[in-house]
Amino acid sequence: MFQFIFRRLSLVIPTFIGITLLTFTLIRLIPGDPIEVMAGERGVSAERHAELSAQLGFDKPLYVQYFHYVTGVLQGDLGNSLITREPVMKEFLTLFPATIELALCAAIFAILIGLPAGILAAVKRGTVIDHSVMTFSLTGYSMPIFWWALLLMLVFSVNLGWTPVSGRIDVVYWIEDVTGFMLIDSLLSDEAGAFSSAVAHLILPSIVLGTIPMAVIARMTRSSMLEVLSEDYIRTARAKGIAPWRVIVIHALRNALIPVITVIGLQVGILLSGAILTETVFAWPGIGKWLIESIGRRDYPVVQGGILIVACIIIVVNLLVDITYGIVNPRIRHSR
Amino acid sequence: MTTSTKTSTTDIPLTAPAPMTPLQEFWHYFSSNKGAVAGLVVILIICFMAVFANFVAPHSPSDQYRDALLLPPAWLEGGNWSYVLGTDDVGRDILSRLIYGSRLSIAVGIVAVTASLVMGILLGLIAGYFKGIIDTAIMRIVDIMLAMPSLLLAIAIVAILGPSIVNAALAISIVSLPHYVRLTRAATMAEMSRDYVTSSKVIGAGPLRLMFICILPNCLAPLIVQATLGFSSAILDMAALGFLGLGAQPPTPEWGSMLADALQFVQRAWWVVTFPGLMILITVLAFNLMGDGLRDALDPKLKQ
Repeated sequence: MFQFIFRRLSLVIPTFIGITLLTFTLIRLIPGDPIEVMAGERGVSAERHAELSAQLGFDKPLYVQYFHYVTGVLQGDLGNSLITREPVMKEFLTLFPATIELALCAAIFAILIGLPAGILAAVKRGTVIDHSVMTFSLTGYSMPIFWWALLLMLVFSVNLGWTPVSGRIDVVYWIEDVTGFMLIDSLLSDEAGAFSSAVAHLILPSIVLGTIPMAVIARMTRSSMLEVLSEDYIRTARAKGIAPWRVIVIHALRNALIPVITVIGLQVGILLSGAILTETVFAWPGIGKWLIESIGRRDYPVVQGGILIVACIIIVVNLLVDITYGIVNPRIRHSR
Repeated sequence: MTTSTKTSTTDIPLTAPAPMTPLQEFWHYFSSNKGAVAGLVVILIICFMAVFANFVAPHSPSDQYRDALLLPPAWLEGGNWSYVLGTDDVGRDILSRLIYGSRLSIAVGIVAVTASLVMGILLGLIAGYFKGIIDTAIMRIVDIMLAMPSLLLAIAIVAILGPSIVNAALAISIVSLPHYVRLTRAATMAEMSRDYVTSSKVIGAGPLRLMFICILPNCLAPLIVQATLGFSSAILDMAALGFLGLGAQPPTPEWGSMLADALQFVQRAWWVVTFPGLMILITVLAFNLMGDGLRDALDPKLKQ
């Protein structure tokens, strides 16, 4: 087991180096001189240019610059934003809870709908239920989620007025930032109605962000269940006269869930990149919106740092999924 | 079981039906999947629209009819049949813009898929054929690319190169590269151990001949499926980049950027938002349906 975990961990190091190389080159590949770009339209004098160049280490050889960059990254130093002058890491940490909250709710939505739908489709194979679940999931899988967001907003916010259009909570509430999670913070505050406002603001973004993972989970659950349901032991269980629901839930589902759990873990990447689009549409103050706005403002340290952090999160989650899978399924652990 | 042996001994037809050619066999399996055929039909229609946009579209995509701003679709009150799907905020015909937009989406799809297919096949063949350190190096790079969500990587690339439709297409082809490399490598490795490859080697075929003439044709099936699915993700990513303002720049009639332009009119004019997105959904769905059908038809394990 330890050997397996160690092997997986050793694969992460080259990936991490590769990603730091990518984000390191990113800022140097921008057409033109980085200092001129950072200075913007005002421009800089020759002395100031040399001074800044020395300050940022641009006058040193590339490998020295890279070494400095990586040592900084490992200490959590991702540079400062050009616009706000705040450390990138600090900005990230204040915005990250909003994205996590959204992504978690989206994941819960996706699992709550996708899993039962997939099971139902497999059990009722070939029926209208199966076909409609598959049609819906293929449609969800093909959905341009930014459009889906607009459509839901048009129907539920603009026409029906059921849900708010954007943001995390109504502006009338002032919520003290304790955990960064609006659902928890609004419960902790004494403002009446703040919690329900926060929930209302979460509904549409969660549905939008959860749509593609839901479709993927439903498809995966169905095919995994179909495979398991054709196994001999299921026939044996049925022959023994065990109640049909018990065969499905206790005997089949437990084995069918193994690949589904992996798929759920792999949705983190989809959730984080989907968050970029969802947050942009719903004006959700998370890291997705932050990244896109920084690109628009040419705030390169933020773009560089943001991409690096998101990529690292995905690597870590994928690693955890791999290891969990190895624990659950010994066949994976021992194969090379 | 017993009945089948009985019939085969008594009613054996003297003239066996002519065996199907591979193409006929493929069509037999493909056409039995209704969704796949529907997808193919939709794709053909969209391709037709894209090629003959000049003739099909009722108006030019950039003409602004100042007397017809934000006109609703024709079947609604206030609509006008010369603007079937209505007009946008500067009076451009939405239907015409959608038709010209299909040209762009299909073109980007073709460019992105071809570019990543060619590069992916090349890298995959090299990795699978030579193995060893070259293989490890290529696969490590592929793993790094796979660690990033494709949209994020595309955004990073566009952020470096600057927003434009060409850079977006380039970003999309780089992003989809890993899948083709992995598929080609796996298929190449499987084929390398086959007898026909060994015998070609014994006859004296060089590495280039072995790679491209012996092995590659036998690896094509999964690549064709992946290319079809790659089309759908290319169109989706292109639209997403356009929507974020990182792809096609206005006034180019691109579906994603049309949506972004329409954002401020969501409350007043639903049609400006609805139709471009519907177009993206239909196109992506068609490619996904066809990809699923192709996979079923080309994968011998799933036949029967």
